[in-house]
Amino acid sequence: MSLTIDDFVQKEESTCSYGMDDYTTEAARWCKGCGGHGALGALQRMLRDNQVHPEEVVCVSGIGCSSRFPHYLRAYGFHTLHGRALPVSVGVSLARPELKLLTVMGDGDCFSIGGNHWLHTLRYNINSMVMVLDNEIYALTKKQVSPTSRIGTVSNTSPRGSYLEPLNPLSVALGISNISFIAQTASWLPGHMQATLEKAWKHKGLAFVRILQRCPVFMPNAFQGGSVDFPGKFLESPEGIPVDKGILRDAPVVAHDPRNINAAQAVAANSHMEKEPLGLIYYNPEVPTYSDIRYSKVATVDRKAKAKLLDDYLTRYSVES
Amino acid sequence: MKEPIQLKEHIVEIVSDAGEGAQKAGTTFAELCAKSGNGLWTVEIIPSEIQPPPHTVGSASGNRIRLSSRPVTNGGDLTNLVVAFNEMALLSRIQVGALAPDVIVIIDNMWATHADPQICKQYREVLDSLSTQGGQVWELPIDAACAKVTDDSAKGKNMFIVGMLSCLYNKDLEVAKSFVRGIFAKKPPAVIQKNMDLIEAGYVFGMNHFSQTFVVAPVKGLPEQVAMNGNTAIALGSIAAGYELCSMYPITPATSASHELAAFFEDFGGLVHQAEDEIAAVGVAIGSNWAGKPALTITSGPGMALKTEFLGLTVMTETPLVCVNVQRGGPSTGLPTKVEQGDLLNALFASPGDAPKVVMAPSSIEECYHIMPLARKISEEFRALVIVLSDANLATGRQLFARPKVVEDMLTTPLDLSPVEAGAKPFDWDLETGLSQRILPGRPNGMWVATGLNHNEAGKINYLAESNQKGMTMRSRKLAVLQSTLKAPEIFGEAEGDLLIVGWGSTRGAIWEAVERAQAEGLRVSAMNIQFISPLPPGIKAAFQKFKKVMTVELNYCDRMGDPYITEENRRYAQLAIILRANTLVDVDCWGMVPGRPLMPCEVHGVIRQEIQALKTKKGI
Repeated sequence: MSLTIDDFVQKEESTCSYGMDDYTTEAARWCKGCGGHGALGALQRMLRDNQVHPEEVVCVSGIGCSSRFPHYLRAYGFHTLHGRALPVSVGVSLARPELKLLTVMGDGDCFSIGGNHWLHTLRYNINSMVMVLDNEIYALTKKQVSPTSRIGTVSNTSPRGSYLEPLNPLSVALGISNISFIAQTASWLPGHMQATLEKAWKHKGLAFVRILQRCPVFMPNAFQGGSVDFPGKFLESPEGIPVDKGILRDAPVVAHDPRNINAAQAVAANSHMEKEPLGLIYYNPEVPTYSDIRYSKVATVDRKAKAKLLDDYLTRYSVES
Repeated sequence: MKEPIQLKEHIVEIVSDAGEGAQKAGTTFAELCAKSGNGLWTVEIIPSEIQPPPHTVGSASGNRIRLSSRPVTNGGDLTNLVVAFNEMALLSRIQVGALAPDVIVIIDNMWATHADPQICKQYREVLDSLSTQGGQVWELPIDAACAKVTDDSAKGKNMFIVGMLSCLYNKDLEVAKSFVRGIFAKKPPAVIQKNMDLIEAGYVFGMNHFSQTFVVAPVKGLPEQVAMNGNTAIALGSIAAGYELCSMYPITPATSASHELAAFFEDFGGLVHQAEDEIAAVGVAIGSNWAGKPALTITSGPGMALKTEFLGLTVMTETPLVCVNVQRGGPSTGLPTKVEQGDLLNALFASPGDAPKVVMAPSSIEECYHIMPLARKISEEFRALVIVLSDANLATGRQLFARPKVVEDMLTTPLDLSPVEAGAKPFDWDLETGLSQRILPGRPNGMWVATGLNHNEAGKINYLAESNQKGMTMRSRKLAVLQSTLKAPEIFGEAEGDLLIVGWGSTRGAIWEAVERAQAEGLRVSAMNIQFISPLPPGIKAAFQKFKKVMTVELNYCDRMGDPYITEENRRYAQLAIILRANTLVDVDCWGMVPGRPLMPCEVHGVIRQEIQALKTKKGI
């Protein structure tokens, strides 16, 4: 028995009661204290709260510690290649726009080896939540400097300290046309992280969420070790992400208009220099998704019509005089 | 005018500076010949730059048309007649050795009196040298005659030439005019009229200047024919195969297949996605197939190199994928617009680790169409990667073939989104065959994760020796199962004899034509074309053993015995020869070259004669 689209929609509208177990496969095999645990938990709670059917979720990832994500989430998943999660997500979004797509990458994965795909997929504005778990280090390959590592970072490939200022992913993302959603949160702020994921999940388009996290083994001091002293500032706006300071001792709350690209760029540009912005940095739900744009121009043709059309095309090449 | 000379066939070239219209003139004339029932194969003459310096050999651009009174399978031998817009375009064709010794050259005589004495001199030198070697030169005031009809003779010359050639080959002027009217149908009436005037003027010009004309009789009694190039055939074949997404990145000579699709795919409910790079192009296709929408990717050699890691992921996750490689000259950027069969070993083996896949090669433009539904079918039934190796010869050549019959079977199949049984596994391998069922995302109870890591039947990551051995075995077994369904390749000629020539891909036409000539001379030679190179079809070794000698003829590089330092120990064989030697343990020899143009039957014929002579001499000793 195959399920028709109507059945699918009906099922969608029926009530289910999913608990945390329904989104869990096995205990995650990340290190103790890894930010991945928090991010996974926040995502699972968000899915549960929204009673999302697990079979409709597709989680695509690259390669790296964070890219093990789909293995721990009870959903469909594709654990792809280093840097290449986004092209596979583009394919899934074009093939099955109705599926709920989540792409998970790390900082080296997304910003370095996958940089080209990152830039262009932001521009496609595919309908996917894109989480980058940024711990400022390559961890699975055992401590090499990453594009977001602070200058002077001591790693196995930079034992005398890294040489370059880090890449600012927020500024880069804001420089891409068709950008529709950028938010930043941190793995040691579970409430804020879940609220951020919820807002991103409900966004139609590419919701780019950078999650700051530390690596307890190779970069324990990233972001002040995720301590109460982390220098963050919360962005507040009526359609933004509710402020939830969690453990932070001294985090100012500033008014910010996420619809204003100039304000967003100012916030992003300062992120490394002063306080890291937390919350919704840029938001434009009006930007059309790539699949909506493409399919608005694609004809709906059944088998018979297609066969007829192909036959007509062959006639163009006929040499029958 | 004398009675026209009746010819079985003629090879005609039209060459000009890039952008001067020889390509348009050539394709139009070819189309006209096809309509009048001639067998046909056309080859594009393309410079590598868009606007190379004019009036140089590097600027030569045009079309080569083999016209015949029988069906044609390849571009043929040396050119019999050239229409050259200038002497440098002509010189470029002399330099590549494309012209027959007794070639007829029709050339614009305006260069003889050009203001630049250097041009006059080189014009005279080129023509004199050609005449001394047996060529006939017809110097005619083409530009001047053309200028009488149009203000811009540079722009109008193409249709003038079409008219002139129509006269030379005794094509009906009215048919030619109505055909060209069709080409310009969407243009304003004044433009149409101008082109009608040009054709007519060209025709009259021919009547006034040609002392001799030709007739190549039409082929009789064929079913309805279509004429297209191999990339168009791949594009239309992809539609016939039910593909709904073509994910690609621009690369020569593959791109025109995607152009063709881009022009009409949306009408069929499909789309072309031009990705940000070659890697993304294949990634998108894999994502789409995994999610259930049939997608393919089309590229050329350098693109294949970039896609390698993803192709391995396809194999590992058993995601169906067809990847077309329209081969060009390599290595590196090589000869981007020219033909070579240099990517066979890349297709077979490029991958981290062992990644068994299907590799097939169409041997004609007709097969470019029909191979696509077959490739998709195999990719889905076997959850396999299928690499289709076309090449620049097929891509840009045009051939006539029987109009394909459209079948609905593979078009728009609805997705199965029903719940799967609890415990169903995404790699529930049948231990005999390695086959397993796909579970598409969206099906309740079916949640699984595709991964490039070694995994067990449930798709779970597994590092144990036993599991890795099993996964490898299952993926490899599928090829053996496919092999068991294949037929032994046809032998062209007797099943036993002195020499068997084995080829693959686009060289079939030239090889078989050469073999046919040699057979007519009484030589005991046969030919075989191998369509499936992975897995190899059954019966090859048995077939080889019926011949005294087996050798491949390929358009890729191989060392030649007798060259400095080359010994039996260190000789690098042509690519198919390596595979056949390894698989059959037969001492398969090879003959290969990399001229950047299709093989000519006369070349292969020469090889056959030489080999058979050598066999006889050896026997004598």
